[in-house]
Amino acid sequence: MALYSDKVMDHFRNPRNVGVIEDADGVGEVGNAKCGDIMKMYLKIDDEIIKDVKFETFGCGSAIASSSMATELIKGQPVSEALKLTNKAVAEALDGLPDYKMHCSVLAEEAIRSALEDYEKKKSEK
Amino acid sequence: MSIYVDNAATTKLSEGAAKIMIKHLSETFGNPSSLYTIGQEAKEVLEQAREDIAKIINADQREITFTSGGSEADNQAIRSAAYFGKRKGKTHIISTAFEHHAVLHTLDHLKGEGFEITLLDVHENGIVTADEVEKAIREDTALVTVMFANNEIGTIQPIREIGAVCKKYGVIFHTDAVQAIGHLPIDVEADNIDMLSASAHKFHGPKGTGFLYARKGVPLINIIDGGAQERGKRAGTENVPGIAAMAYALKDAVDNMEKNNAIIIKKRDALIEGLSEIPHCALNGDRDKRLPGNVNFCFEGIEGESLLLLLDDKGIMASSGSACTSGSLDPSHVLLAIGRVHDVAHGSLRLSLSEDITDDDVKYIIESVKEVVEYLRSFSPIWRDLVSGKKQFIL
Repeated sequence: MALYSDKVMDHFRNPRNVGVIEDADGVGEVGNAKCGDIMKMYLKIDDEIIKDVKFETFGCGSAIASSSMATELIKGQPVSEALKLTNKAVAEALDGLPDYKMHCSVLAEEAIRSALEDYEKKKSEK
Repeated sequence: MSIYVDNAATTKLSEGAAKIMIKHLSETFGNPSSLYTIGQEAKEVLEQAREDIAKIINADQREITFTSGGSEADNQAIRSAAYFGKRKGKTHIISTAFEHHAVLHTLDHLKGEGFEITLLDVHENGIVTADEVEKAIREDTALVTVMFANNEIGTIQPIREIGAVCKKYGVIFHTDAVQAIGHLPIDVEADNIDMLSASAHKFHGPKGTGFLYARKGVPLINIIDGGAQERGKRAGTENVPGIAAMAYALKDAVDNMEKNNAIIIKKRDALIEGLSEIPHCALNGDRDKRLPGNVNFCFEGIEGESLLLLLDDKGIMASSGSACTSGSLDPSHVLLAIGRVHDVAHGSLRLSLSEDITDDDVKYIIESVKEVVEYLRSFSPIWRDLVSGKKQFIL
């Protein structure tokens, strides 16, 4: 049996939405190098809709795949929907993760949330 | 393209060893404890293997006990020496911080039983000195256990000098030689070794077979109780096919050591030179006092598991000391022991070579690692922070 599902390997090998948004409306970074995983999410939001999302990740195969899948799940969604994204949804969309890799999907959820919080904060400061 | 460069994890069984195994599985299949002819034939095969192995390391055949591998040999050696010492009131054990877990976890157990454990520092170069061992020895030291060569970073320890120190103070000296035997010359007399652990599958022998050398006068305790096999010190019907194949593989490795090492060292050095061109990387372990086939690097800004998966896609089979490959959050204790901080230790790569590696393989590995490291860095937030100056480079 392979360590990862085909879907995890697909998103790891061909990660979607990789990169940076220079004029992002919200940016979130979670994790730390000590644990071996860092995820950074960039959001472009227009009229409460996530128009674009990009990520950068330092981490293992499942961390990269989880970031990629999370961006796909929220792209084009309203902010209110994106806030409901759970790590379970990310893991399920990837056809599952090994137990000891579930924290990667948690990080993806947290990274999205952190970027959305940054967006709300910036909005309130405007 | 398929390049296996994880020979420190395990090696491919040699054709000769495989033939011997099949012969003793199908023809000489008798139980060595049985009286009839094929039983006694199996017994002969077993004792011949013992004699051959003893001769190779300059020991007496009565000093060799066959085990299931290196871990069992480590367990039995350390516990035996510890309990032997305890009978004389000695409950202190000296080892190093970067031993194999078969040693470290056995020491943990003994600590729970009241033994005091001193783990010596192995410094940035991954080598402990005999002088440090001498300074750590006390009146109540029962055992010194130091690995011959490290399994991750390949650094070779000054075994003969440490053994001499132990001899001087009358302390039992055990070495886990799993990575070294068959790849480096070992003579238990000249090297002052009292106990030594070995595993067949690290030198093109079969898995599930190893041995423990214990000098006459060091009484062994049983890890496995039962029948009277191995002079009553290791119960269970002997793995005759595996043991015979191990003896063959060890002889083959030792007979060809000089020739093989000449090839391997050249390729190792080419790999080290080529990979060193990658910006912000560092070789782990001493540059010269390392196993002929060991290459181990840390690359800043990337994580090891991703590196391994992408190299696997390119047909390169290697390993890493990254946390993600072990199922824990901590990276390799070996890399931490030589002072690599977590951030950097996660980005490690170990290549362990065998004599079948070619110049083309070396070239391809260097190109592939360069490409994959660059790719992973291209979307690593740590790398971005390092390049932009937000964070300081460590390597």
